[in-house]
Amino acid sequence: MTQVNRIAGGQIDRATTFRFTFDGLPYTGHPGDTLASALLANGVRLMGRSFKYHRPRGPLSAGSEEPNALVQLRTGARQEPNSRATVAELFDGLTASSQNAWPSLRFDAMALNDRLSTFFTAGFYYKTFMWPAAFWEKVYEPMIRRAAGLGRLTREEDPDEYDKGFLHCDLLVIGAGPAGLMAALTAGRAGARVILADEDFRMGGRLNAETFEVGGQPGADWAAAAVSELAAIDNVRLMKRTTVIGAFDHGIYGAVERVSDHLPVPLPGKPRQTLWRIYSRRAILAGGATERPIAFENNDRPGIMLAGSLRAYANRWAVTVGDRVAIFINNDDGLRSATDLQAKGVDVVAVIDARADGPLLPDIRHLKGAEVIDTRGRLGLTSITICQSNGRIETIRASALGVSGGWNPNVNISSHHRSRPVWDEAIQSFIPGHDGPPGLSAAGAAAGALSTHGALATGQAQAIAALADLGRTARAELLPEAEDAPVSITPKWYVAGGKGRAWIDPQNDVTVKDVKLAHQENFTSVEHLKRYTTLGMATDQGKTANVLGLAIMAGLTGRTIPETGTTIYRPPYTPVAMGTLAGRSRGRAFKPTRLTPSHAWAEEQGAVFVEVGQWLRTQWIPRPGEVHWRDSVDREVLATRKSVGICDVTTLGKIDIQGTDAGAFLDRVYANTFSTLAVGKCRYGLMLREDGMVFDDGTTARLGAHEYVMTTTTANAVTVFRHLEFCRQVLWPDMDVQLISTTEAWAQYSVAGPNARRLLERIVDQDISDAAFPYMAAGNVTVGGLRARLFRISFSGELAYEIAVPARYGDALIRRLVEEGRAFDAVVYGTEALGVMRVEKGHVAGNELNGQSTALNMGLGKMVSKKKDSIGMVLSGREGMVDPDGYRLVGVRPVSPEGKLTAGSHFLEIGAAAVVANDGGWLTSKVYSPHLGSDIALGYLKAGDRKIGQRMRAVNLLAGTDTEVEIVSPHFFDPEGERLRG
Amino acid sequence: MIINHPILGPRDAQEFVYLGDASLMNRPDGMSDGIEAFHDYLYNRDNPAGAHRELWYHEQGDRSWLVVTRNTVTHEILKVELARDVASKAGRGK
Repeated sequence: MTQVNRIAGGQIDRATTFRFTFDGLPYTGHPGDTLASALLANGVRLMGRSFKYHRPRGPLSAGSEEPNALVQLRTGARQEPNSRATVAELFDGLTASSQNAWPSLRFDAMALNDRLSTFFTAGFYYKTFMWPAAFWEKVYEPMIRRAAGLGRLTREEDPDEYDKGFLHCDLLVIGAGPAGLMAALTAGRAGARVILADEDFRMGGRLNAETFEVGGQPGADWAAAAVSELAAIDNVRLMKRTTVIGAFDHGIYGAVERVSDHLPVPLPGKPRQTLWRIYSRRAILAGGATERPIAFENNDRPGIMLAGSLRAYANRWAVTVGDRVAIFINNDDGLRSATDLQAKGVDVVAVIDARADGPLLPDIRHLKGAEVIDTRGRLGLTSITICQSNGRIETIRASALGVSGGWNPNVNISSHHRSRPVWDEAIQSFIPGHDGPPGLSAAGAAAGALSTHGALATGQAQAIAALADLGRTARAELLPEAEDAPVSITPKWYVAGGKGRAWIDPQNDVTVKDVKLAHQENFTSVEHLKRYTTLGMATDQGKTANVLGLAIMAGLTGRTIPETGTTIYRPPYTPVAMGTLAGRSRGRAFKPTRLTPSHAWAEEQGAVFVEVGQWLRTQWIPRPGEVHWRDSVDREVLATRKSVGICDVTTLGKIDIQGTDAGAFLDRVYANTFSTLAVGKCRYGLMLREDGMVFDDGTTARLGAHEYVMTTTTANAVTVFRHLEFCRQVLWPDMDVQLISTTEAWAQYSVAGPNARRLLERIVDQDISDAAFPYMAAGNVTVGGLRARLFRISFSGELAYEIAVPARYGDALIRRLVEEGRAFDAVVYGTEALGVMRVEKGHVAGNELNGQSTALNMGLGKMVSKKKDSIGMVLSGREGMVDPDGYRLVGVRPVSPEGKLTAGSHFLEIGAAAVVANDGGWLTSKVYSPHLGSDIALGYLKAGDRKIGQRMRAVNLLAGTDTEVEIVSPHFFDPEGERLRG
Repeated sequence: MIINHPILGPRDAQEFVYLGDASLMNRPDGMSDGIEAFHDYLYNRDNPAGAHRELWYHEQGDRSWLVVTRNTVTHEILKVELARDVASKAGRGK
């Protein structure tokens, strides 16, 4: 198809032709086109189907406010649904398709909804689908989701990168129309650091869409010259294709730069989009205004659009939407569409002017006091029916109709801090309120100054004022001459009297009838109106619809518009892709990955790793011939208990605590006592939250009179440190105690098993015999002359040590341990074997330290010393937390050694029904014990300490298991602790 | 938000961890006060629309706990102090 509707002029590069397709059909366009302008140039008005009624739709606008022309761009992994054709920059090879239509855009089966519109009026979700309740999830919701919808995702991973960036400036100018350009020039010339951001790919705003002159030259040329001047100023950063999406606190603005959306694929090393965080000292909102329609019957046909957009297509993109154009207006600005199009040689068949007074256009059929009362054309406008001031009805053949009900300042960003826009009677719309984001002012059309001169003047004035706030002086240079036409508007919201539907919010298919219904059912406040009818709740946030909807409600209730009020806007100004918000934080880069010093060695051994918080830890290390993970884990456990095993425990949190009050401090933060601990010894510590629940546990060693080293669990390393800093700085500020996290400073290995000492004796320079280094000893040692720390502590129940060296020697130490360990058939074990041995020994870990358990629950109630104040001590004594029938940690074995246990199973008495009332507690951790030859588990059982020896059932309805079990002591292995003291 | 750290100057709020009401500073004495006092300390908070003193922790910075006086309606930050100084002046002691 040729560009049948392309006319003369415009800001397109006719020397280059782009080829693109829409719904499989080939078309051509030029650089400078949007997808919408190119399709319109090719005579394509139908671009989409509406959300609810599947009505045929074409573009209503030529900008980011577009509610109708939502399409899918590209194919495959780069397919992007819900893209506004009016701002999608055309490129060669673009593939676009329509959405929300089946089987085709021209024949959409779901248009049946349109015939059933009586059932889909305001509030229909709340009324129609209420009964039966069970139908909502299974029947109604899937049905509605299928029928009413926008585009679809491909479910393929987006191959492009999205970035985040940070910028700082004295003045952020939002919008590069006449007001924004003037503001940026004024501040930029004065030396201020200025960022000028504009959502369009061509700066200039309305100056590109109008035929006005500025300073004696075409407005678009003046804008281009202003941009050139700004580009040459070092302290000015120009950001086109950048939408400021929101005003956040303290001068911070969010902005999305579409770096590569106008290219088939991003250039190498470039992101698709960048999310900017702009720190500004002052900001000027110069975001212009959005035209609003007048509602009348069947006002949603393709070919009917905003009058200002109609002339934007003609002036900027050299496109007429149809060969016979009519205009329906209530204000002088709309007359410009008629004169501009006629000057371009387009047949303007009539201007239907709702006003009885006002100027009369020469050489055009200008009907005063007339209204459009209906339209025709199934897939695009063919004619309009008008009612003249004398009551005469006439049908006029027309393929395009421009409608103007006035202009609404784009107040959106000014209300992001909940400021209410205020009504301006002169322009019949809302302007920004005075309590907007601190440091933000508005200029130009966004402030209600709708003339070009007004834009230039307020842009300059606001820039001077903003700089004066910052103690800088900017000169008020002579403004270029520009039109300064006053706003002449007579309010006209909708054409009354018809029986059909007149659309207000075309994206959400909200009609005048819906507003009337909301009024009838007493949903008359603007907030109720919005939610009951869904007015303004679509992706365009009602940019063209809101003022119209609430003005109609005001009319129905007999209140003024200011009395009726307005809803406010939230970020983002225009829709933002989730990928942009995610930036680079996706996949493996979602969070940092921390590797232990033995990682490289473990990888060489073919270790299987598991994520523990941010850490990757060795889970087990398979050996040749082992086919099941249990083969490896059982071997690691048995070899450790038989001789010696080595495990990387670097990930445990390590905090150095020093100061003359270090011991007293530990007494406050631990439930048990540490000030009495001898130098060179360590002790298990239990840390509570202030509410009395167990927070964390670990061993803490005393290395000197005023020096301790604390160990935390891997999971809580960060939160324990934060908590200790809170206690030190906020609760007891005068204590002499200093903290530093040394988790990453030390590589630490557990060496456990009967031959642990014999292995370490080959490595540690000092005497570590039982006499010299007894159970729970701790201290500084050397390894081949290098400083190291040794702790005689055991998680496995074996004779065990933890040896720590500075992290950079961690790789060397694991290799040395393995090398020296050969003589003892030493094994390196992972977190699974660690878990098996700790359950065999009855030690609590993450599954038991679940944030809802007390020391008493864990069988550690006696550790909470009442002789001293400590965090959580008082509240751990609350009734209910000291219930003698409360949960107690128990061990669990299946009565039959073959019996299977599953973690999460619930305890039930033999013969009791599997109902909540009979629930006795649950299994927290389950392992297979190769030592005992059966599954074993730990669990919390009500009054469990009095049920040792009893038989119960472990029931898991999800896993379908019901196993008879014996309640036993949680210490399955060496309950007397003879091995660890060996 | 930007928090004007008394030592480090203006810092982005993203560097901080929020705890809540600065009254958490007023911990009772576990040896003399009972469950009621601790219950009140831990669970009862004012929730003002307006100036609110609250504790922020500069976790991705110098690890200072700060008392930030913030207007909860406008997010205006009225005052920023080192919590240690505030606590010390309030006689928290050791």
